[in-house]
Amino acid sequence: MTTMITYLFLQHYWWMIISLLAGILVFLMFVQGGQSMIFSLPGNETQKTMIINTLGRKWEFTFTTLVTFGGAFFASFPLFYSTSFGGAYWVWITILFSFIIQAVAYEYRSRPGNVFGKRTFDIFLLINGALGPFLIGTAVATFYTGSQFRLDYMNHVYWINNWHGLEALLNGRNVALGLAVLFLARTNGLLFIINSIDDNDLLSKSIKKLISNSVAFLVFFLFFLVTLLLAEGFAVSMETGKIVMEKYKYLHNLIEVPWILIIFLIGVIGVLYGIGVTIIKNSRKGIWFAGSGTIMTVFSLFLIAGLSRTSFYPSTYDLSFSLTIQNASSSFFTLKSMMFVSFIIPFVAAYIWYAWKAINNKKITKEEMSEEGHVY
Amino acid sequence: MIEHIDVSVVDWSRAQFALTAIYHWIFVPLTLGLSFIIAMMETIYVRTGMEEWKKLTKFWMTLFGINFAIGIATGIILEFEFGTNWSNYSWFVGDIFGAPLAIEGILAFFLESTFVAVMFFGWNKVSKKFHLISTWLVAIGANLSALWILVANAWMQNPVGMVFNPDTARNEMVNFWAILFNPVAVDKFLHTIFSGFLLASIFVLGVSAWFMLKNREEWLSKRSILIAAVFGLASSLMVAFTGDSSARTIAEVQPVKFAAFEAYYDGSKNAELVAFGILKNSDKQIGDKKVKDFVFRIGIPGFLSVMTKGDKDAYVPGLNQLVIEGSDKGEYLSISQKMERGREARNALIKYKRAKMLNDKVEADVLLNEYFRNKKFNEDYFRYFGYAFLKAPEDAIPNVSVSFYSFHLMVILGFLFIVVCALSLLMLVRGTLMNNRWFLRIILISVPLVYIASESGWVLAEMGRQPWIIQDLMPVNVAVSQISAGSVMATFILFAVLFTALLIAEVSIMVKQIKTGPKQ
Repeated sequence: MTTMITYLFLQHYWWMIISLLAGILVFLMFVQGGQSMIFSLPGNETQKTMIINTLGRKWEFTFTTLVTFGGAFFASFPLFYSTSFGGAYWVWITILFSFIIQAVAYEYRSRPGNVFGKRTFDIFLLINGALGPFLIGTAVATFYTGSQFRLDYMNHVYWINNWHGLEALLNGRNVALGLAVLFLARTNGLLFIINSIDDNDLLSKSIKKLISNSVAFLVFFLFFLVTLLLAEGFAVSMETGKIVMEKYKYLHNLIEVPWILIIFLIGVIGVLYGIGVTIIKNSRKGIWFAGSGTIMTVFSLFLIAGLSRTSFYPSTYDLSFSLTIQNASSSFFTLKSMMFVSFIIPFVAAYIWYAWKAINNKKITKEEMSEEGHVY
Repeated sequence: MIEHIDVSVVDWSRAQFALTAIYHWIFVPLTLGLSFIIAMMETIYVRTGMEEWKKLTKFWMTLFGINFAIGIATGIILEFEFGTNWSNYSWFVGDIFGAPLAIEGILAFFLESTFVAVMFFGWNKVSKKFHLISTWLVAIGANLSALWILVANAWMQNPVGMVFNPDTARNEMVNFWAILFNPVAVDKFLHTIFSGFLLASIFVLGVSAWFMLKNREEWLSKRSILIAAVFGLASSLMVAFTGDSSARTIAEVQPVKFAAFEAYYDGSKNAELVAFGILKNSDKQIGDKKVKDFVFRIGIPGFLSVMTKGDKDAYVPGLNQLVIEGSDKGEYLSISQKMERGREARNALIKYKRAKMLNDKVEADVLLNEYFRNKKFNEDYFRYFGYAFLKAPEDAIPNVSVSFYSFHLMVILGFLFIVVCALSLLMLVRGTLMNNRWFLRIILISVPLVYIASESGWVLAEMGRQPWIIQDLMPVNVAVSQISAGSVMATFILFAVLFTALLIAEVSIMVKQIKTGPKQ
């Protein structure tokens, strides 16, 4: 089997794993999306407690997926890890900061003796909920718009400006994707709350909020998508192997590989159907359509960023420093060893699904909040 | 190799990483050990069906949860700081270091995070057996996480299983098993997890002793002490055993670090191991560097020779020999000699890179065969690559005082905990523990002491290997990211304030929860 495996295959394989993890991460950011509404959605303290406990039982999945996403990037494309994290310092540090305060907020908010009071920890949840998805979306947008860096002969990164990543916020396309991810997280958060909490008042409030958030998501997503498909992209030249600008590069990538286009379209339809079926038919299962759709859409957008001879982390300072899945990857041996480890992922997914089902088999109610021993 | 390095960036980056690691390590060992203690308690509950055991399990589980969250919070920063603050390092070793981190995420973190939700929220939702299995899986997951990050750390102390690729200018993995079963990794993993078990045991003993001093929760305290004392005694003996093995391995693969933590300056036969000592400023020098010397010490003659060479008459080189003089018999090189070889390796790389840049394929091939494909060059020269970046041999000496005190504090306290666990068990069995208020107070005092011992171990491991981030291959000043000192200083302050605030909240909640006791 191993003799048939080429270095190029492994580089593609690992980019697909990274893309899948990215899709799952964006879906799981429904936790952040829900957090961003803990002051605006609930009508009373009990509803707030129910929302926080619903989300709180899933926050570790998002957190762990983020850590695994980072670890997998480090293992498979270490040059991206060193270039982006070491260069775009402030963006990543701010993202991490927002996740540190989230981790403790759930556990500490309602504990006696928490020193800073429940409201402080709720504000922590709000900060993480708003900042996390927005900044992750903005940072990922630079995969398509580029960053200003160069590398020396030892592949050490030098960021060309002193903003160290924050300059990404000055690009409208980056901000649009950041906002699209934020409003998608909020949309998915609402769909999850609708699915998991048994409270009619909260249900009607969530559906109202779902309309405005899904419209906002669609506006920013469509803006980003249209500009992406019409924009020049960072292509690896067939003739010279150098990075060149190519018109409609991402549109070409989408069309040239039909299965990616199909996944993308199914994903977008899934998200729209999940939203629609909830608003129109009052279904509570919208999250599963929108969630699967989110994973497929993000997965396909990541694929067109890295596959089809494309630079997934372009340098706008000097195109020759741009990173591709070929020049940024780990060695053949490491990618191959890691591939065997990755075969365990379906097993991991299976036990996550089983445990998730076991905990979510009953909707959260007001009564449970007073009965349950471990309440956030 | 690098165009410009601001020394203060290195210092701030080191400070930030040390800060994060120290805070992280306050919480992790309790998670490692308490998860198993809880699993044992729940097993007894499931087997006996006694509700008191369930109450007991839930009480310790609540404390576990308070500690667990903040351990995760500080952990995420550590992973990403390799990239944000040590980006040159990330590239140089990413091919090796990234793999254990990714495996940690896939294999261990998901196991832990999936079943911790069942553990906390599943009491009324899943069967008793499924809940018990979940609790055990949390314990296994937590300890598996430790395995992979310790494998990565051990590789930094003793790089094995890789070759240097001059084209990519990085080390690349060629033997996964050599990395996993690196002798430093085996010692480090066992020593670390057993120290975590011991810390958790002392924590449980301490809280239970407090209840006894307050004449509260007698049933809970006695059962908790029984489990913690047995678990703690077994763990403390394993800590001593693995610690000894770890020290022997360090003597072999990091002799300068070993000499530093013994403050062992001049080599001799029948070398003495310092059991206790006090250092003070002196005129003593290693090369041009002044070092502190003993004002008082209690030594065990010959023990250092036995420990390192298995023979009490064996000669053990000190810092003077390892750094300045070298070996007359050619058994080891001085740092100056290593620096010369490191410079040759670096020049070879520069020549090769220049040939590649000029597209001179013939010259590049010649250099590749002469140097990087030459086994002898790799073994005799490239292994000292990092020494090319030292300015003077004395730069290779870590802080002797910090190394010495952290090592000896850890060892002395380690022996104290063996006694504490053994006496706790003995007195409990004899039924005299509740009346021995002085001993209960000693147990209570042992709680902060075990945290000090635990942190000392990591201070020794990380400060003792300075100036290296990767032993012999990359010093810290080369590994750092090209960012301004001001940026790192700002994030250091941000994290220092945040972590301290969170620690205050954690301790306050923990104390409050202990005072409240188990729920009725």
